[in-house]
Amino acid sequence: MIQNLMVENPFAHLYLLIILAPLISSIIVGLFGFAIGKRASHSLAILGVFIATICSYIVLYKVQCQNLFYNGSLYTWLTVGHQSFAVGILIDKLTSIMLVVVSSVSLMVHIYTIGYMAGEEGYQRFFSYISLFTFMMFVLVLANNFVQLFFGWEGVGLVSYLLIGFYFKRESAIFANLKAFLVNRIGDLGFLLGISLILAYCGTLNYSEVFNIVPTLANATLPGGFNLITVICILLFIGAMGKSAQFPLHVWLPDSMEGPTPISALIHAATMVTAGIFMVARLSPLYNMSHTALSVIVVLGGINCLFLGILGIIQNDIKRVVAYSTLSQLGYMAVALGCGAYSIAIFHLMTHAFFKGLLFLGAGSVIIAMHHEQDMRKMGGLAKYMPITYVTMLIGSLALAGIPPFAGFFSKDMILESAKLAYQSGLPAGWFAVFTVYASVIVTGIYSFRLIFMTFHGEERFRNSHHDHQEHSHGDHHGVTEVRESPWVVTLPLILMAIPSAIIGWIGFSSFVSNSVLADSVFNIGWYLSHIQDEAVMPVQMVIQSFSELPVYLAFAGILIAWMCHKNPAFTEKFVKAIGPVYTLLERKFYMDDLYINLFAPAGRGIGRFLWNIGDVVIIDGLAVNGSAKVVDLYSKILRKIQSGYVNSYATFMVLGVIILLTFCTRLIFN
Amino acid sequence: MIGINHYLVLSAILFAISVMGIFLNRKNIIVVLMSIELMLLAVNFNFITFSSFLHNLAGQVFVFFTLTVAAAESAIGLAVLIILFRNLRSINVQDMDSLHG
Repeated sequence: MIQNLMVENPFAHLYLLIILAPLISSIIVGLFGFAIGKRASHSLAILGVFIATICSYIVLYKVQCQNLFYNGSLYTWLTVGHQSFAVGILIDKLTSIMLVVVSSVSLMVHIYTIGYMAGEEGYQRFFSYISLFTFMMFVLVLANNFVQLFFGWEGVGLVSYLLIGFYFKRESAIFANLKAFLVNRIGDLGFLLGISLILAYCGTLNYSEVFNIVPTLANATLPGGFNLITVICILLFIGAMGKSAQFPLHVWLPDSMEGPTPISALIHAATMVTAGIFMVARLSPLYNMSHTALSVIVVLGGINCLFLGILGIIQNDIKRVVAYSTLSQLGYMAVALGCGAYSIAIFHLMTHAFFKGLLFLGAGSVIIAMHHEQDMRKMGGLAKYMPITYVTMLIGSLALAGIPPFAGFFSKDMILESAKLAYQSGLPAGWFAVFTVYASVIVTGIYSFRLIFMTFHGEERFRNSHHDHQEHSHGDHHGVTEVRESPWVVTLPLILMAIPSAIIGWIGFSSFVSNSVLADSVFNIGWYLSHIQDEAVMPVQMVIQSFSELPVYLAFAGILIAWMCHKNPAFTEKFVKAIGPVYTLLERKFYMDDLYINLFAPAGRGIGRFLWNIGDVVIIDGLAVNGSAKVVDLYSKILRKIQSGYVNSYATFMVLGVIILLTFCTRLIFN
Repeated sequence: MIGINHYLVLSAILFAISVMGIFLNRKNIIVVLMSIELMLLAVNFNFITFSSFLHNLAGQVFVFFTLTVAAAESAIGLAVLIILFRNLRSINVQDMDSLHG
């Protein structure tokens, strides 16, 4: 369990700096951005995140090397009856890892943005948003209770919404951000219900208190016979499905590529979309109690992993390829979670944050060089013009495909391993996990290297492109004649992200597998623990061993397929024709978008229209409001007939009244 | 033999006629004034009847007061009527409905 509140506070000021530095810079840049100018704006935003990054590394050092913990409240936000909600800070090993990942990627993206957004409208607004995002993400990560988690959760969602719709004059961007917003609402409903159930049954929302109470609720059932813990876990995971784009709530993520590339790297690859993974890992004591919930996670993660990965193969928009690969990698993380190997999921989250952030930033660098052209069919042969971008993206792709010894290899291999373990230990749906994660190793190889080959190799198709495809181009509309490497503010983050993408697997491997790096905050499930204690493997052994096992060859096979299709377009075309209906199915993204747009959205609008026409117009306006007025009107129409205005009729009523009164009075008196 | 009942019934009939004169009359406001006079006379008739049968003069004295008040009232009533006629150019009761709801 999480350590109890310590008397002395080893992190005083540190966490305040981490949280407040980005917030203050965001507020200043947001409100006074135009007054202080572009240079001051980006300097201030970067300074804020830089301070937070430094503090995060200090926290990492204190937590990992000195074994310090902190769990306490800063401020009581609200007291209702016996229930009080506090703004609290929880610093443990999981937090320290997340802090470092978020702040590092955020810092890189901040620097990169100077180059990417140069000359764009809304430069200061963008910096304000990403600093605000960093703040919200820190709040989410540092939370020690569900309310604050939810606050950060909604906060990052808000900034994501704002940034997807950053080019708010573009209709597709507005559509995309509305879609992201609505889909996330569905997830958040589940999340809120889960939190409410926890509050109802545990009486508290503080993590450590909840974890102390839940073991006593293991056999509690809800009305209807459902196991309480299972229902809570599934509801909370519905929240994660929205935020982490798990099937079937994944539809918003590919569309979110409408936003500028830096935020695709920061929000829609490295940090925000992994919030769901982080949440499940954080609640590992809860999830360990429900194998049903874990199976649900495994199945959904497996679907993400394989089937949405396949969609990445046929995309032509460079950012969408990376977006689908993000979906697939999130699926991997979810499978790891579902298999009870939470530390492995966090390991993959970390390596993925670096290599996927790198891939997005690299894609952005290509987009800059191509004058905001994103269609890979109009690229090609860029390797010799953009060597730094090429090499860094190659490293990113190798890491993504899981080629040893790059970072992705270690984390992905361990996910395959834990899927096998879960299957052997009899987790329902374990076989599905094993099948999907192995199959998608090939898929990953294909789409990641298809991107590399189409963009950086082959003939230089950009020279004669006419930019007839206007949807994504908003810069220079003339054909690209000269390609230059991007400025240093763009390439520096690429290099700095490529280094961890290459080596972080070596550093993290042993400690994540044995879970020493997340001890006392993330609890792997029993079967995983019992297996891991048997064999403690060093990274070097792991690399050597891997060549005698299947996954590496699958990855190489994927790359080979990508290479063959690239060399032999005629064959590819024939193949596409041969699988006709399947290709259509993929092109329509398994009809998921059509399902939402043609079924759920009209159904939602239909319900809305029904409630408006029947509920509001007829019942509330018609019956309740106008109806009561009409009743009063009806009676007054009858009564006003009496008010004829003729003196004699008044006199008549007066006399009649007197007669009636007299009758009653005499009866009263004489009886 | 004419007893007190006959007087009282006559008085009641007069009163009822005058009340009906006010109730039913829709044409002439002078008739309303006349009806009021008749109503007062019916009351006076009652007074005198009881005064005679009870041998008490107070009733007959009271009638004088009533007649005085009735005279003053009809004088004011006619004055109001004249002003009303000047403004409305009509003494039709149906035209006087400005209190109509």
